[in-house]
Amino acid sequence: MRIELVKRPQQSALFSILSPFLALALTLAAGAVMFFLLGKNPVTALYYFFVDPLLEVWSLHELAVKAAPLILIAVGLSVCFLSKNWNIGAEGQFIIGAVAGSILPVVFPGLQSWIVLPLMLLMGIAGGAAYAAIPAVLKARFNTNEILTSLMLVYVAQLFLDWLVRGPWRNPEGFNFPETRNFHAYAVLPEILPASGRAHWGFVFAMVAALVLWFVLSRTLKGFEVKVIGQSPRAGRFAGFSSGRMVIFAFLVSGALAGLAGISEVSGAIGQLRPSISPGYGFTAIIVAFLGRLNPLGIIAAGLVLALSYLGGEAAQISIGVSDKVARAFQGMLLFFVLACDTLIHYRIRLVRTARMDAKGAQAGHA
Amino acid sequence: MPTTLENRASALLEVRGLTKLFGTLKACDGIDLTIGRGEIHALLGENGAGKSTFVKMLFGALEPAAGTIRWKGEEVSITSPGEARRLGIGMVFQHFSLFDALTAAENIMLSLDDSAPPGAVAARARELSQAYGLPLDPHAHVGDLSVGERQRIEIIRTLLQNPDLVILDEPTSVLTPQEADRLFKTLETLKAEGRSILYISHRLEEVKRICDKATVLRQGRVVAHCDPGQETAASLARMMVGDEVQPVVREKPGPAGETLLEVRGLSRKAAHPFAVTLHDISLAVQAGEVLGIAGVAGNGQSEFFEAVSGEVLQERADTVRIRGRDAGRLDISGRRLMGAAFVPEERLGHAAAPAMTLSQNLLLSRYRTDARAFLSRFGFIRTPALAAAARRIVAAMDVRKSGEDPEANALSGGNLQKFVIGRELDRAPMVMVVNQPTWGVDAGAAARIRQALIDLAKAGSAVLVISQDLDELFEICDAIAVMHHGRLSAPMPIAQATYEKVGLLMGGAAPEAASEPVLEAV
Repeated sequence: MRIELVKRPQQSALFSILSPFLALALTLAAGAVMFFLLGKNPVTALYYFFVDPLLEVWSLHELAVKAAPLILIAVGLSVCFLSKNWNIGAEGQFIIGAVAGSILPVVFPGLQSWIVLPLMLLMGIAGGAAYAAIPAVLKARFNTNEILTSLMLVYVAQLFLDWLVRGPWRNPEGFNFPETRNFHAYAVLPEILPASGRAHWGFVFAMVAALVLWFVLSRTLKGFEVKVIGQSPRAGRFAGFSSGRMVIFAFLVSGALAGLAGISEVSGAIGQLRPSISPGYGFTAIIVAFLGRLNPLGIIAAGLVLALSYLGGEAAQISIGVSDKVARAFQGMLLFFVLACDTLIHYRIRLVRTARMDAKGAQAGHA
Repeated sequence: MPTTLENRASALLEVRGLTKLFGTLKACDGIDLTIGRGEIHALLGENGAGKSTFVKMLFGALEPAAGTIRWKGEEVSITSPGEARRLGIGMVFQHFSLFDALTAAENIMLSLDDSAPPGAVAARARELSQAYGLPLDPHAHVGDLSVGERQRIEIIRTLLQNPDLVILDEPTSVLTPQEADRLFKTLETLKAEGRSILYISHRLEEVKRICDKATVLRQGRVVAHCDPGQETAASLARMMVGDEVQPVVREKPGPAGETLLEVRGLSRKAAHPFAVTLHDISLAVQAGEVLGIAGVAGNGQSEFFEAVSGEVLQERADTVRIRGRDAGRLDISGRRLMGAAFVPEERLGHAAAPAMTLSQNLLLSRYRTDARAFLSRFGFIRTPALAAAARRIVAAMDVRKSGEDPEANALSGGNLQKFVIGRELDRAPMVMVVNQPTWGVDAGAAARIRQALIDLAKAGSAVLVISQDLDELFEICDAIAVMHHGRLSAPMPIAQATYEKVGLLMGGAAPEAASEPVLEAV
């Protein structure tokens, strides 16, 4: 008996849809085993992890707060990944976007006007895009490996932020805490429904970005270009598309959206710069992008699921006393199962008995 | 019956009722076939007739649903290629399974079941290559080799197994006539040694010449067992297609028209170690003319195609001129806008994106020239217009497919090629450049494609056909030039061209009649 993967003649439409759900189910099953091994009741643990955070309105707002950056970054990454540009550095672009957007409220706190917030958002977008342009230009010009360069730039960005908030941008009235001054009222991204919770306009930006990119990717020539170059670079060249320009385009789009996510997070959720402003959104967004099948609409759903895993981690830490690192474990398993289940889109599983072909039967039939 | 038993004893391979199902499709339906010792047996059939499925079952790559295979009188079940090789069945595939980054000898070692030292394998390979007239350097990297040379690796690695039966899938499609002759000698040698050959080809003249018996398949069934020597090419074609193949009709060339495509002194350095350098190539194609470029694969045809199509730009704008205007600095879209159309050699992955549907692949080469039809403002794709145009092409070229708008890789090679050519013809281009228009395409589809190219020229376009298939070039061209080591000979009018002259040029010999030395002695 052996297991064979048989290539399907066409991609399976059924498994394209089913695969993420299958992956979720497998993740839950593996998670149950993990909780069992940790000595917790798997049912209770999964309940606190995945159901409890959905039962209260304020908690749903928190879900939106966490989902916003994930979705924003992941839809940008979908453009990169569809064109086979492996931007692993969204975390760094997120941070630089946040830093660039914070220049006005931190360095020029005296500038108080309604114009500050739009400018901050634009500067955040520009900062993220500019930071993403570094690995893009290196790849397009010198053919460097963008996985390495973009990833290494994450650490540069993290240390740069750390230096800023401990050094030149430290709050002069902040008792030497490594933080910038709090953003003034004109620099804060408002809440959507201030009465019921903290969800800010970043979530709206995420929805708009996802819808716009969905439209671009599925309905326009630009989206077609992204997919052709990703699937078949030679056919892309035959079509007259430039893969060098595509590298730049994809990185700029994803960098800009990561930068917008960064400034939205700082301006909407945190209100100042700190040494750490992201619980790894830029990396988790990679999982979101793949779980959402690189389709911006799927990414909205996937972003909510991964945001739930963050909330669940916090909830599980409080109610059943496991480390919030459990959230990371869940995210890792999810990515693993998503990629594994995607195999089923292109292949079907066949069990082959090693027994010889049924020659006798065939002969009998022939006689 | 004693006669049957006698036959069985003498037959090397006896296949009865071999059947293979793919879903509900009977790719092979009760195929019977007998090959005697020392026999060259032709397997004929159009694309999709079940030839590949059948030989894959013989070679253990597919498992039959029903039927028996008797090998040397014993019933066997061939469960893997390794098993097939152990029995003494070797196969040379049409699409080679070689690793570019490894040497010829290393590739050969990979297919050997015992682990011989590389030196010994290389020595054996060299020995065999000399014995059978298949020149090959065992230490050359496969990536550096031409298609013809790669085929020799495949043949030699099959022969190293000392097989009793060699299956050859369209072996001459990459060879010059002289090389093909040499291959036929090799086959005769093998036959004289008592080995048998199952020879898959669509070149009917060739089959008539070298094959002792033929089995013709159509739609998964055997339609005839015959002696090809007793048949005509036309009668064989009729059996294959089930209908008369329309002979390609070509009129006498008219008076020379305006020059629509001109290449002046095109030189191009090899872009990477595996590429060919082009030296000072010049040609001109007039309206109403079909110019053919013959040559063995790997002599610069792909590099030339890239340069002419604009996938690679030239340094000087007047190196390539389309309809009297400089195009050397324009990219492929720019050249398309000037009225040129291009069909590259590779269907999947170059002419078409494999996982995209036919209508998306239509957009691939026509989003600029037909922007008004296929795109609306802001670059939105007009899906209904695309689907309608794809349907039009499918109907015009008789593309057989399953489903309304299948992915390109779901089509058979011949049908995808018809679509890819039809995609460009649908634009009625003034200049058409085609690289290997009918490589691995069945007779019916090939005839259709060739006729379409002739008709395009008749309507006043200039057609440049790069092909390794001399039959094809002689069938459709008004003049033939030969590419060898990145140089192009002066074109020979078809009236003066012979297979021998063209074949010699393809092999690198200087033409006697040429007024200037166009080929360097390499």
